[in-house]
Amino acid sequence: MSTTAVDAAEELAEELPAPAEDEDIPVPAGAARRLLGELLGPHRGRIALAMLVILVQQAALQTGPLLVAFAMDRGIPALRDHDSGPLIAVIAAYLGCAALSTVLQRAFIRFSARINQDVLLDLRGRIFRHAQRLSLDFHERYTSGRIISRATSDVDALRELLAEGLQELLSVVLSVFWISLVLMVMDWRLGLLSLLSFLPMYLSIRSFRRRSQRVYRRSRTAVAAVIVRFTETMNGIRPVQAFRRERANDEAFGTVNHQYAGTTADGLLEMARYVTTSRAIANVWITGVVVAGALLVADGSVELGVLTAFVLYLRRLYEPLDQLAMFLNSYQSAAAALEKIAGLLAHEPSVPEPADPAPLPEHPVKGRTVSFDGVRFAYRTGKEVLPRFDLVLPAGRTTAVVGATGAGKSTLAKLLARFYDPTDGRVALDGVDLRELSGEELRRNIVMVTQESFLFSGTVAENIAIGRPGATREEVEQAARDIGAYDFVAALPEGFDTDVRKRGGRISAGQRQLVAFARALLADPAVLILDEATSSLDVPGEQAVQRAMRTVLAGRTAVVIAHRLSTVEIADRVLVMDQGRIVEDGRPADLIGGRGRFADLHRTWRDSLV
Amino acid sequence: MTGQRLPSAAMSTNQAPDGPRRSTVRSLLRLWPYARVARWRIAGSVAAALTASVSVLAVPVVLRRIVDGPIADHDMAALWPLAGLLLLLGLAEAGLFGVRRVVVARPLARVEAAMRGDLYAKLQRLPVSFHDRWPSGQLLSRATSDMFTMRLFLAFPLVFLIVNCTVFLVGTGLMFTLDWRLALIALIPMGPLTWLTHHFEQRYSGAARRAQDQNGDLATVVEESVLGIRILKAFGRHRTMAERFAEQSRSLRETELGKAGMLANLWAVIVGLPELALGAALALGAVLVAHDEMSAGTLVAFLSTALALRWPVESLGWLVAYANEAATATDRFYEVMDEPEPADTGQDGPGPADGERGIRLSGVRFRYPDAPADSPDLLCGIDLHVRPGETMALVGATGSGKTTLTALLPRLYEATGGTVALDGRDIRTIPRAELRELVAVAFEEPTLFSASVAENVLMGAPAAGPDRLAAALDTAQADFVDRLPAGTATQVGEQGLSLSGGQRQRLALARAVVGDPRFLVLDDPLSALDVHTEALVEQALRRVLDGTTALVVAHRPSTVMLADRVAVLHEGRIAAVGTHHELLQSSAVYRELMTGEAAPVPEGISTR
Repeated sequence: MSTTAVDAAEELAEELPAPAEDEDIPVPAGAARRLLGELLGPHRGRIALAMLVILVQQAALQTGPLLVAFAMDRGIPALRDHDSGPLIAVIAAYLGCAALSTVLQRAFIRFSARINQDVLLDLRGRIFRHAQRLSLDFHERYTSGRIISRATSDVDALRELLAEGLQELLSVVLSVFWISLVLMVMDWRLGLLSLLSFLPMYLSIRSFRRRSQRVYRRSRTAVAAVIVRFTETMNGIRPVQAFRRERANDEAFGTVNHQYAGTTADGLLEMARYVTTSRAIANVWITGVVVAGALLVADGSVELGVLTAFVLYLRRLYEPLDQLAMFLNSYQSAAAALEKIAGLLAHEPSVPEPADPAPLPEHPVKGRTVSFDGVRFAYRTGKEVLPRFDLVLPAGRTTAVVGATGAGKSTLAKLLARFYDPTDGRVALDGVDLRELSGEELRRNIVMVTQESFLFSGTVAENIAIGRPGATREEVEQAARDIGAYDFVAALPEGFDTDVRKRGGRISAGQRQLVAFARALLADPAVLILDEATSSLDVPGEQAVQRAMRTVLAGRTAVVIAHRLSTVEIADRVLVMDQGRIVEDGRPADLIGGRGRFADLHRTWRDSLV
Repeated sequence: MTGQRLPSAAMSTNQAPDGPRRSTVRSLLRLWPYARVARWRIAGSVAAALTASVSVLAVPVVLRRIVDGPIADHDMAALWPLAGLLLLLGLAEAGLFGVRRVVVARPLARVEAAMRGDLYAKLQRLPVSFHDRWPSGQLLSRATSDMFTMRLFLAFPLVFLIVNCTVFLVGTGLMFTLDWRLALIALIPMGPLTWLTHHFEQRYSGAARRAQDQNGDLATVVEESVLGIRILKAFGRHRTMAERFAEQSRSLRETELGKAGMLANLWAVIVGLPELALGAALALGAVLVAHDEMSAGTLVAFLSTALALRWPVESLGWLVAYANEAATATDRFYEVMDEPEPADTGQDGPGPADGERGIRLSGVRFRYPDAPADSPDLLCGIDLHVRPGETMALVGATGSGKTTLTALLPRLYEATGGTVALDGRDIRTIPRAELRELVAVAFEEPTLFSASVAENVLMGAPAAGPDRLAAALDTAQADFVDRLPAGTATQVGEQGLSLSGGQRQRLALARAVVGDPRFLVLDDPLSALDVHTEALVEQALRRVLDGTTALVVAHRPSTVMLADRVAVLHEGRIAAVGTHHELLQSSAVYRELMTGEAAPVPEGISTR
């Protein structure tokens, strides 16, 4: 009956559409296992100790039936002969074992929890740090929801395994081993018969492992799809509500949600199938052993007490079967999760830090010279964004880059900030290839402010201090003052200690850009890149930024990408880009006076002004 | 204190329920509405598990028969029927074990999905102010790990709580029929066990809740670190953020270790006490058998029954622990579900009451719900009339509340005072869906969803055809779409990351105009466009704005030029309304905003 139900359920499962294709990141073979090895490796000693504890505990626990047999076969006859000694000894041993197993059980739980939590701490840290190390192009492809899913629900899967699984596995393996040993010692014929059951057991476990592995892989993918949809909706709740997307979203979420439910149920059904077969095997074997034992007892070659102990032990032998199933279950789930995590971890950052960083030359000037030597940039797909070019930005100069959307301005900026590495050629700071600079040195010298002005939850002061973690409160406030952000921050309910809450919902886009600028001022870099960083500022705000660049950041090398030509006017030099090429290059006044594109742009812009 | 720390990326346990803690049972009962659809399946599962367990209890009885009968009498013929019975019981048990799981597998997966679906639906409909308050990681952990916990509870702990209690009672009864003295001894530990479990439950649920909240906090840190990756990279701050994350993981670890410690103590007692009692029973039993007051078979049966009852008792520890986790997960779920959804009091209203058309704001006040009590309202008495077909620019200093004001129109936030009327109808009387169809918004921060360009744009008008899509894209000068790999069918990634800010902004603009809405709200719609594109968009937008009543937030003269009139928002009020040129003459505030002239101008910066 149960089999047909399972079959019917499986037919249903076939009809469910497969969950969306997951990321196309190849997972190296055996990566998951290797990762598990790396995670557990450092705790080898403690794991061995934990196993020893559980071994002794199992020994103590599993001695029980043996003592019962002893009590029946020796204690009772002795008592009949008015010798209470053996029985007292047996009972004392029984109580001793009980006490020992109790103490050890407690020790083991505490001990293994410590190992588990250390492993999880390690794994979470690895995922987090690795995700932070990975380059931007990776983040743009992988999507935040998937990374979140790796660091949360996939880690949860491993947590389940470690929390219950490890103990289950250890106690299963050890109790099976121990009981088998006892059985063989008590009576090798019955023992051998009992152990024969391992063959069909093994087959049933193997089949379960194979079948459920597929299900769990689908399940991890499905849960990631749920998380991606969920986070996307919550992060875009304003447009969702304004455009009445609730119903359509309910439906779309329903699809991934039900796919996930489908894979969940598939997993449960695989488990049911396994439990049924293994339990059936166990019970058939118990009957067999009882019959054989009864014949041997009748035969006189086995004592009744031994048979009693046998039957008690056999039930114990098969008792952990459910636990084993649970273990296998969490194992499969965790293995699938680990595979995904290993896939993420195996992805090398395309912008790696150098193993042996080169130092920057020391000099008293605050700005540094930037040079692009024979630089060419193309996407991984081969599409060329920037054809080969050379460019030198002398120290202390402000260069404006203008051009239509998609002209390659931002790519130029990202190469300079080393968010990407050039396909050919090199970008150098004071003659040192950016690829040879340590991450710390690079970021201390080059800072980029973009149009996006994400705020982290925490206070305004903390958000500004990202620019320089060691900064004092005075420095933070001074940076805000320099950029003209002081007044609005001070006017917030708790001033600089105001919590910006989730994604700075309270602070307007313009204010956020000012905070981003304050951050950059505080960082005090040698090279400052502004990538459309003034787009949400009003005229007074923009003027404050320009003022700050003239005063606080005087002498720094600056690259300004802006479509507001007001920012461009303060530049020493203007580059006009078109389809990845620099088509005009000169002083603003010279270009405006000419007949080129910049002169055109400038005219259009003048017209748009008051 | 400031500089050292990165912003704390989490709000920690501030969502913990205040007031007295709900009892575990009462929390779990709230699962009923969802579990209800699967109630018969759960009952079936319980029945199967019960039957299976009873058949397990029958095994020792059969064994006793075999020991006391065929073996004692050396009557092998009598062995076979009993052996057959044993086999039958075993197979029945196995079958029932399977049934127990099979009957609930799909229904419970569906229950979980239903809860998650409801949570998602609820969250979508909760006001924006709710989302401002809750870190999305906390919401996510409620939708994933908490759901899992609740489903698992219904599948196993719930069933086993019922089954194991029953098995325990039946087994105890059985032990009494075998020998009441031994049974009494075996029962002694139950008193202290019950007390300890109760005591444990109270302490454990606090820790369980803390761990779940900390998990949510971790999810929040991860999310922020990924969403803010550019800033972290630009400043090379990923290590600092990683430390922050490590710190939070460590406190989660501490909580988990605390939980494990409590569990370890409980387990030790739960495993140890019954064993001690069993030892005593064994001693007494042996004495009784030695004095022929009891048969050996009875002692064997008693001991194997007592051993069979060990699991139900032992399991109590983790069942109670799990029930606790499920209860706190349920509490966390309902914390969101109990949040009042803004009532949609909309009625198909009395139409234009005073016949006045256009947008009318009178005495509109607004303050954020969590603003400190002593702070002034952000908007304190806005009076503004946008005439039908008119385009009104809204100008004000950074942070003066322009965006907030525009959010009141589609009721993303509710005005705390005064009225907003569209064509004479108070917006509170218009059903939300209708209102949001009337008012289309282009947000300052253009969010695109994981869908095709066409789908993203047509969100503004699901029924519109390809020609309207093309027209909207045309208005927004989004001709770059044609050069995308699959044109309008191109998938734009999560948050539209693969497109530039200017491209996203143009799609968001297209989305706002595609439905040809009666009222259009544009929040600084051209900020990310280059001068050339901006001029083109303006030209096209003028045609659209011609027949539409629109409110346009503007930072710059170029955007202001789109408007017929300009309203200046200053210190929570509309300080002046007029045309651009009038205001340049009459309003100092306006002049400063548009030209920066009133601001102290350092030398060397040209002003206009």
